[in-house]
Amino acid sequence: MSAVDAMYQEIILDHYKNPHHAGLREPFDAEVHHVNPTCGDEVTLRVRLAGAGSDAVVEDVSYDALGCSISQASTSVLADLLIGKTVTDALTVHEDFLTLMQGRGGVEPDEDVLEDGVAFAGVAKFPARVKCALLGWMAWKDATSQVVRDEEQ
Amino acid sequence: MRDLPGLLPDLELIRKDFPILGRVLAEGHPLVYLDSANTSQKPQVVIDAMVDHLERHNANVARAVHQLGAESTEAFEAARDKVAAFLHAPSRDEVVFTKNASEALNLVANTMAWARDDLQVGPGDEVLITEMEHHSNIVPWQLLTERTGATLRWFGLTDDGRLDLSNLDELINERTKVVSLTWVSNMLGTINPVRAIADKAHAVGAVVVVDASQAVPQLPVDVVAAGADFLAFTGHKVTGPTGIGVLWGRRELLERLPPFLGGGEMIRTVTMARSTYADPPHRFEAGTPPIVEAVGLGAAVDYLAHLGMDQVRAHEEAITAYLLDGLATVKGAKVIGPTTVADRGGAVSFELAGVHSHDVAQLLDSRGIAVRAGHHCAKPAHHRFGVQASARASSYLYTTPEEIDALVDGLEFTRSYFGVS
Repeated sequence: MSAVDAMYQEIILDHYKNPHHAGLREPFDAEVHHVNPTCGDEVTLRVRLAGAGSDAVVEDVSYDALGCSISQASTSVLADLLIGKTVTDALTVHEDFLTLMQGRGGVEPDEDVLEDGVAFAGVAKFPARVKCALLGWMAWKDATSQVVRDEEQ
Repeated sequence: MRDLPGLLPDLELIRKDFPILGRVLAEGHPLVYLDSANTSQKPQVVIDAMVDHLERHNANVARAVHQLGAESTEAFEAARDKVAAFLHAPSRDEVVFTKNASEALNLVANTMAWARDDLQVGPGDEVLITEMEHHSNIVPWQLLTERTGATLRWFGLTDDGRLDLSNLDELINERTKVVSLTWVSNMLGTINPVRAIADKAHAVGAVVVVDASQAVPQLPVDVVAAGADFLAFTGHKVTGPTGIGVLWGRRELLERLPPFLGGGEMIRTVTMARSTYADPPHRFEAGTPPIVEAVGLGAAVDYLAHLGMDQVRAHEEAITAYLLDGLATVKGAKVIGPTTVADRGGAVSFELAGVHSHDVAQLLDSRGIAVRAGHHCAKPAHHRFGVQASARASSYLYTTPEEIDALVDGLEFTRSYFGVS
């Protein structure tokens, strides 16, 4: 398989064409807007948590994204993966995805943890596209941190 | 090679001047370089001039008594002569070396805030730019007007990507202090009527700044005939190296501007309490300048002058017309900017329906074709056309019709890859 075919996995193109959990929904606890300054891709992302503290669960992630197939598909996969997980587990998945994307193609992904997220392993070999894949993930972490911080105050 | 009227004669030979054009990329694809508005490739003569300077003449300039110092100074100042001649500047002392076009524009914007005569920009003054500027000709003026209490205004754009001049007489008025505009748009490709706007600006006493980053590579430039008071461009888009730019300014204006950066080489004398400053251009060149880069730039403008800028322009027009015709055959490809070659440069931005521009660029790259994708540092112009990002193909004097064919084939491949019907 060529490098570009390894990047544009069927799973990624499917998520791009039919993004899961897309659109902005109520209710939400935090909303963030992230931009990739080098290319202009944008995402508005909302997070709704249920419960508090270490028991908190990601009840909903909704988003409105403008961008390339990689950034769109990655946000769709994120919503699939993280909705329903505890915040603690979701942060672990986040960490694993980050490690995969920053591994320059040298990290073997754990399919049990990342599920469809393993399809992004090929993207990690294209440094210019790693930021695309991480746009939604960074937005989710920012939004979730805001909710947790607000609760603590 | 396909022959089009206007192509540079000996194009095959010219391509051999650029070693990088012989590169073969991943999976055996020969390089098709269509990102020259981003940075141009470098001919061997530029590379050799820089290597020769480093190997045989390297020393700091203007301060060493020894032989190498004299040789280095001579080479550096010779580059200034070459640039002055290339721009048809009345005086070599009007050529200031900077690190790039952005620094050149920032130099003007900052020193006009600090000027102590009627060049000073202050409350009540207006600075006029356009909606098609590169960020480097927007942000310095935003900073200037925010810091001085002046007002920033701009020309809008027409639907076909030209400046909207319908409110010209209102926009250029007795409050206008500076008019700063691009000669050739890096995104839309539009060539603006710089002289006509400059004449209007001068009639109200405004200073005219021209961002010629995309013009100097493509057009014969005569700074006086253009009507500019200041003109900025960068070395790396004219087959020269990165790390060097040029600010040309009318001598009488440069003499009235205060220093930009302070440091070595820009002074006349220094005491602990205060300093006095050198005359232009050295007043604006604090610290050790980009010496070997200047030598490279000198070789680059010599190379272009040898080809002839009228011939370079004719080549660019021929290739751009062929590119516009080619894009017109691709279903779903929509050019943003003028769709005919009249008053148009070689940068062609476009959208491909159903495929984001990053994905277009990635798929083209998988076939060895280099284009730019994103906002090309012109977010307001993209916003004007309701476009978040675009792909941009930009040719130069070494581009062949066959490379345009490869692009068109690559776009068809991209459409089928993404299943766009």
